[in-house]
Amino acid sequence: MRHRSLAYRRGIDLGIRLISSLAALFGIAMLSWILGTVMLKGGPAINWEFFTELPAPPGMPGGGLANAILGTLLITLLAVVLGVPIGLAAGVWLAEFGQQSKTAETVRFAANLLMGTPSIIIGVFVYVVMVMTTGQFSGSAGAVALAIIMLPVVARTSEDILALVPSALREAALALGVPRWKATVGVVFRAAKTGLLTGTLLAIARVSGETAPLLFTALNSPYWPESFNEPTANLTVTIFNYAMSPYDDWQTLAWGASLLIAASVLGTTIITRGFLWYRSRQS
Amino acid sequence: MQPKTHTNLDPTFRWLTLASGLGVVLLVAGILYTLVIGAMPALKHFGFGFLVSQSWDPAFMEFGALSSVYGTLISTAIGMLIAVPLSLVIALFLVELAPPAVSRLAGGAIELLAAIPSIIYGMWGLFVFAPFLADHVQPRLAELIPGFPLFEGPPMGIGMLSAGIILALMVLPFITSVTRDVFQMVPAVVKESAYGMGSTTWEVTRKVTIPYGIQGVVGACFLGLGRAIGETMAVTFVIGNRHEISASLFAAGNSIASTLANEFTEASDELYLGALIELGLVLFGVTLLLQLVARWWLRRTARKMGAVR
Repeated sequence: MRHRSLAYRRGIDLGIRLISSLAALFGIAMLSWILGTVMLKGGPAINWEFFTELPAPPGMPGGGLANAILGTLLITLLAVVLGVPIGLAAGVWLAEFGQQSKTAETVRFAANLLMGTPSIIIGVFVYVVMVMTTGQFSGSAGAVALAIIMLPVVARTSEDILALVPSALREAALALGVPRWKATVGVVFRAAKTGLLTGTLLAIARVSGETAPLLFTALNSPYWPESFNEPTANLTVTIFNYAMSPYDDWQTLAWGASLLIAASVLGTTIITRGFLWYRSRQS
Repeated sequence: MQPKTHTNLDPTFRWLTLASGLGVVLLVAGILYTLVIGAMPALKHFGFGFLVSQSWDPAFMEFGALSSVYGTLISTAIGMLIAVPLSLVIALFLVELAPPAVSRLAGGAIELLAAIPSIIYGMWGLFVFAPFLADHVQPRLAELIPGFPLFEGPPMGIGMLSAGIILALMVLPFITSVTRDVFQMVPAVVKESAYGMGSTTWEVTRKVTIPYGIQGVVGACFLGLGRAIGETMAVTFVIGNRHEISASLFAAGNSIASTLANEFTEASDELYLGALIELGLVLFGVTLLLQLVARWWLRRTARKMGAVR
């Protein structure tokens, strides 16, 4: 090994320390820059009208995004109703029945593949399956796309959480003559309640900021959402459309919607993460 | 007491949950099948030439994937070139240098970057970052090396460079958090023995921590790569959406995902739609391949580590 003077080695070490501290600072600075921008530009757009009124026609001042807010809530709700039970069931099978079998490995592999699939591809898939066949963009197609994105996330997190429940609990229940399904739903679920809830919340937070899978499924609409069988207004596609428009009012609304989306997604993430951290410290 | 006769629900429960699990497998197969069927008109019409043709002209029904594939590759490459070294030093800071309280806060902030929806990156990129790049960074880069082909053309802000930088920010938290976990797994004894020999922190990192965790770090990079390659909204906002290949990083371009996002709803013709779906198929194929490689790599690593111990 080459011999180097101590001063040289200390110098290199100091340099690297400096660089890595600056890099961490850079990351935090970028986060603050992005969040600061969203707050500064989105803040002025948030007012009573923003939550209660329909968008104004182009060029007209005022208006709000009440329809898009409601649409996003409805689409996300339907996605949760479709995606969470199936994902949970898949997680139960992996943790309780499949375990280390070949089939279970295949399911896990498929879930990982699905998690790594770009969300725009899910959009294309749902377009071909639901929009092309019905000839109609629809809120339900958007919800299905979001549900497909949630599905593998819920399956894998719930498997991990259920696997943590001590098997003594299951065995105790089974020894009392409780059928397997009841032991799972009544005992294992109850023991894993908070974990399952936070896992689901994180999955919901993740999909509620998604845009790409809604672009050509739910599309967008300037009207109130009336049925899931027609294009449905939603916040994220509205941001995309309005940001690309030449109207200042619309761009302001897009910033307001960005603030709303960012605040709800980050808020949910921080609260659930903080809660998990708090719990892990208690036990 | 006479026991009530129950219908045994256990088999039903078992089959229902199994069906949900298999549903995930079917879904992946279904996506692949659907994309192939949807792309059929274009697959038949253009054949292999689709991948190497640069022309994209909906008016004349001429479609080629080359500019989109090129844009995806270049923007991802820029993103990874920035994100990988940056993540490594940030992970180093979090594990080796920062006091625990600072490390937790800074680590949390970096992880928060991953929770920001991509459309927010897009808004910030289009309205704040791209103009900043055009006013302050690009003119300086152009002055720095006059006539350098990568930095030619007017500084518009929007283009490959800004798309790449924003991608870097988006994958940074993923690579950082995996790298941090890997660094933390290095046994303290091994590090302490190096410190005991008089090594500096950087020497311990370079000669002990990184060699010990290199495979995990490579796995993390695959993960980040998979994210970057399919990222849609942030790229669509800032890449400029132009179906041409330019050597300059300042020039506008497009990526597979941005082309899909911009043109999918406009495609009225069967062939146009087929070409777009085929682009999606290419993207899906690439991400599948990346994940297979990553999985194979991690397996090999696990086996190797198992053999050592």
